[in-house]
Amino acid sequence: MATPRTTTAPVNIEIADVTKSFTLRHQRSLKELLVASVKGKDLSNSFNALDGVSFDVHEGETVALLGFNGSGKSTLLKLIAGVMHTDGGSIRTRGRVAGLIEVGAGFHPDLTGRENVYMNGAILGMSEQAIEKRFDDIVAFSEIEKFIDTEVKFYSSGMFLRLAFSVAVHSDPEVFLIDEILAVGDEPFQKKCLARIRELSAEGRTLVIVSHDLDMVADLCDRGILLEKGKIVADGESHDVVKRMRG
Amino acid sequence: MAQTELSVPGRGRGLLDVLSQRYLLKLLVRKELRVRYRGSVLGMAWSYVKPATQFIVFYFAMGVFLKVGSDIDYFAVYLFSGIVVINFFSEAFGNATRTLIWNAQLIKKIYLPRELFPVSAIYVSVVHFLPQLVVLLIGALVVGWRPTLLGVLAALLGFLLTAVLGLGLGMLFGSVNVYFRDAENFVDLLLLVATWASPVLYSFAMVKDAFKHHEWLITIYELNPITVAVQLFHYAFWVPVGGPRAMEQMPDSMVQTTAIGFVVALVVLALGQTVFRRLEGRFAQEL
Repeated sequence: MATPRTTTAPVNIEIADVTKSFTLRHQRSLKELLVASVKGKDLSNSFNALDGVSFDVHEGETVALLGFNGSGKSTLLKLIAGVMHTDGGSIRTRGRVAGLIEVGAGFHPDLTGRENVYMNGAILGMSEQAIEKRFDDIVAFSEIEKFIDTEVKFYSSGMFLRLAFSVAVHSDPEVFLIDEILAVGDEPFQKKCLARIRELSAEGRTLVIVSHDLDMVADLCDRGILLEKGKIVADGESHDVVKRMRG
Repeated sequence: MAQTELSVPGRGRGLLDVLSQRYLLKLLVRKELRVRYRGSVLGMAWSYVKPATQFIVFYFAMGVFLKVGSDIDYFAVYLFSGIVVINFFSEAFGNATRTLIWNAQLIKKIYLPRELFPVSAIYVSVVHFLPQLVVLLIGALVVGWRPTLLGVLAALLGFLLTAVLGLGLGMLFGSVNVYFRDAENFVDLLLLVATWASPVLYSFAMVKDAFKHHEWLITIYELNPITVAVQLFHYAFWVPVGGPRAMEQMPDSMVQTTAIGFVVALVVLALGQTVFRRLEGRFAQEL
């Protein structure tokens, strides 16, 4: 059951029968390759991270991807972000997709906070003008004005997180992907982030969130999709799905 | 907000995407330069010190001890105009090969056109090439070099040829390097050979003389785009000071070799782009 509120809105993420498998390779030295080819032994084995996953996400929907470790949530998020390609099936997205697969993935420790804001903004698809226009908002939201011209390697992990998150929420994407990043930061900042995410959702942006903080995502999202060993086992109202996941 | 069409994420248009991401490219180049010289007192000055040392070593070893210089007038200009091309090529090709590994953290987490990385590596090597070019210009001016229209054109073509070849080879070996790290060692080997496979430390006349009974070997030697680029630089900076005696040591048909050099380099670029796109889909999981 999908949430009724959004069924008339256009589809922003279309996921059709997606499969993704990973090859687990052992050490490949020339000697081993030779021995393996002589003995006719296969050096690789693979496992299916995603197996026939299909669902649509409509504009303005907030979806929580739920599941235990290794259920394929992060893989799915990376496929939506375009970081990896599917092995089978198709994924299509509409508009600019910004993925916070990991906080501050595009941050470089040797650059200052200011330089990193520009760099990361550009990586997330913002134009130079857009970054300049929003620069003050980004810094204000992160509350680290004093350290903005310090190299990021001297930041505490909290400061780092604040700045990275702040850039991402100001990058204005149509589709926003968030992977397990709300677990960090102190409580006041976490509250602020959640408020900002609700704001983005109210503006009609599409959100897909992965988190192990089940109560928090259940409150934040209208829809929950539960993955188990690469397959969808439940899709419905987020609180119901969380209840089912807890058994 | 639904004005755009649905599209498949993570599929770009190859090198064309780099054109529409010029701002990001600029930031990546700046980052690379900053990272390169972090904690370094001399900083960019190293890009003068290294070629200067190289020049002095080769000048004495080849020019003075082995007496190659006695057959080549203005050997210092001859030597340095070749060295700058080889240095540019080595850095462009070497860095473009390794840039995907250096930026693994970014590639694994965020999608951006991956061609940006090899292209930014080429830009960084251009930044290091320019000071060497300035030194070459000053040295050439001191011994009486004056720019000619054809000479400037030759230098531009030589520069372009080296950049295109470096990018093509860098994309080819760089994408293979993600899967097999042997590629970067192989590239180091190629770069070692590159210095000696072009008339940088000796003259083209010596090659012609050694291979005079094997015309086809000379043809192969001349097909190497780096040989062509080195000769274009000799034409631009050395021939004007060396005069007719220098011109005698140049290949007979510069126009033809230049044209062939560009064809070879563009074929390599097309091959590099094709292989890169073929392998790109699995970069994030293989790095």
